[in-house]
Amino acid sequence: MSHAIETRNLTQKFGDLVAVNHVNLRIEKGELFGLLGPNGAGKTTFIHMLCTILPPTEGTAKVAGFDIRRNQDSVRAAIGIVFQDPSLDNRLTGRENLDFHGRVYGMDKIQREKRIDEVLKLVGLKERANALVETYSSGMKRRLEIARGLMHRPKIMFLDEPTLGLDPQTRRNIWEHIQMLNKREKITILLTTHYMDEADYLCDRVGIIDHGRIIALDKPEKLKDELEGDIVSLEVPQPKKYAEVFRGVKYVKEVKVVGDQLHLTVTGGEKTIPKLMEIVRRRGNKVRSVGLRSPTLEDVFISYTGRGIREEEGGVKEQMRLRMRAHMR
Amino acid sequence: MSAQAIYVLWLRDMKWFLRAKARIISTIVMPFLWLTIIGMGLGAMIQMPGGMSFVDYLAPGIVGMSILFSATMSGISVLWDKQFGFMKEILVAPVSRMSIMLGKAFGGATTSIIQGLLLLFAAGLIGAKMPGKTGFLLALLFMVILALGSVSLGLAIASRIEDPVAFPVAMNFLIMPLFFLSGAIFRIDTAPGWLQTLAYINPVTYGVDGLRGAILGGSEFQLFPLWLDLTILAIFSLAMILLGAYLFKKMKA
Repeated sequence: MSHAIETRNLTQKFGDLVAVNHVNLRIEKGELFGLLGPNGAGKTTFIHMLCTILPPTEGTAKVAGFDIRRNQDSVRAAIGIVFQDPSLDNRLTGRENLDFHGRVYGMDKIQREKRIDEVLKLVGLKERANALVETYSSGMKRRLEIARGLMHRPKIMFLDEPTLGLDPQTRRNIWEHIQMLNKREKITILLTTHYMDEADYLCDRVGIIDHGRIIALDKPEKLKDELEGDIVSLEVPQPKKYAEVFRGVKYVKEVKVVGDQLHLTVTGGEKTIPKLMEIVRRRGNKVRSVGLRSPTLEDVFISYTGRGIREEEGGVKEQMRLRMRAHMR
Repeated sequence: MSAQAIYVLWLRDMKWFLRAKARIISTIVMPFLWLTIIGMGLGAMIQMPGGMSFVDYLAPGIVGMSILFSATMSGISVLWDKQFGFMKEILVAPVSRMSIMLGKAFGGATTSIIQGLLLLFAAGLIGAKMPGKTGFLLALLFMVILALGSVSLGLAIASRIEDPVAFPVAMNFLIMPLFFLSGAIFRIDTAPGWLQTLAYINPVTYGVDGLRGAILGGSEFQLFPLWLDLTILAIFSLAMILLGAYLFKKMKA
C-alpha cells in the first residue's frame, strides 16, 4: 500500500442532503493533512466514515490499506481518533481512561503499563494521571484524548476540530503536540478545522471542503500563491457600487464584497493604495479605513466560494452547541 | 467476541458502583421500605397459613423487585455514555457489539445482584425466614438469571432512546406492571381470573416464584416446580440478551 488514506467516490447522504459528495482523496504516509471548511461542510461525516462508525452511502475508502466496508476491525486497530466532542469518562481517572482503551484494543498488562507512562509523558499529564477526569481543564482533557488515541500505536490519527473551544494559549500547546506526533512519532495525521490559521500553520497539505466537495487541494503556500498578489481591504460607503467601479480598473485583479468592506486583489499593494483612494475621493466619497495584507487561506476560501468561512457560523443552534461543549468540558 | 472487552466494561461498572455510595443506599431504601412498612403493616391484618408471617412471603418478592428495578434502570448508563460522548470511544474500538452488550449486561447484573443480596440480608435482620445453604445457592441462581434478563431488557430499550430523562419514565411504565403482576406482593392463584392470566404471561412471575421456592424451601404458595420456573425464566433472559445484542448492533453513537 502506498497511501495512508485513499477514498473512491466516498459519499454520504442524509435524506436529500448530500453531506459528502463523491470525494476522491489520497493522503500520503507521514503527511499532516488538513481538511478545511465551514461548519456543516461535511468534515465530521467524512471522518466518521473513514473510522467505520458510519457506513458510506456510496463509494469506499482504504485506510492503512484496509477497506472501510470489508475490514472494519483492521481499520479500527490501525487508527487513533480524537472526536470533535468530548468522549472521556469523567468519573474515571486519566490513567483509568487510558487503561480502558488499552484493554479494549487487546493490549496485555505489561504493554499497557509501559505505554500509559509513555503517552502520559508525551502529552505532559503524568502528574495528574491519578486524578478524576472531571477535575481536568479543557486543554488537559484534549491532551488526554490525544494520549488515548495514541495508546495502541496507530499508524494514522484522526483529529476532528482538535482545538475547537480552546483558548489561544492552549491551542498553541495542542498544535505543538500535534506537530510532535507527526514529526517525531511519524504518525500520519488527518485533521479537520475551520480555523484558517490552524490549517496554515500545521498542515503539509490542505483540502478545502465546501458542501461535501473538495474544491481546492494543495500546500497552503501554493493555494495562497494562486491568488497572485496582495489583498487591499477598503471600507467605503456603498461597497456594491464601488465594487463595480473597481472591476473596471485594469490593475485590480479581483473584487469581492465582504460585509461592508471591499477586498481587492492587486500586485504591489503599497503603491496601489494611493491610486485606489484617489478613485474614491474623486467620486466624492471617503475611504473610512484601509488595510493591506498578504493573502490568507481565508482569501483562498473566499475566492473559491464567494463567501467567508465564518459567515455560516453564529447560527443559534451552533451557539447553543458551543455553549453546551463549554459546559461539558 | 473479546473476553477482555467484556471484562473491562464490567470493571468500569464496578468502579462506578463503588464510587457512588449514595446511589447504592438510595436504590436499596425503596425496596427496604416496602419490606418493612408494607410487610409489617399489611402483615398485621393478614392471616397466613402454616405459621408463616406475611414478611416471610413478601421477602423473596421484594428481593426480586429490587433486582428487576436496579437491573433495568442500569440501562441508563448507556444514555449517559451517549450524552457524554464516551459511547463513541466504545463503539469505534475493534471489538464486537456483542462483547459491548455483554460487558454492560454483566456489569448491571452484578450490581443489582449485590443489591438483591443486601436486601435478602436485611430481610433476615427483620425476622423473615432465611434459606439454608442449598436454598441460598438456588436463590442466587434465580437472581443471576433474573438480573441478566432484566438488565438486557433495560439495555435494549436504552439503545433506542436518546434522552436520559425520558428513560426512567419509559421504564416505569414497563417495570411497574411487571412488578405488581409478578406475585411479589399477593398470591396469584387466588386472584381474579384476568389478573391470573396477566400474571402467567409475565416472565417475572417465574423469577419471583423460583426465588420464593428457593428461599422458603417449598411451601403451599409455590405455583410451579422449580425446574419449570428456571426453564421459563432462562428462556426469557436468553431472548432479552439476544434482543439487546441485536439492538446494540444497530445503535449509532
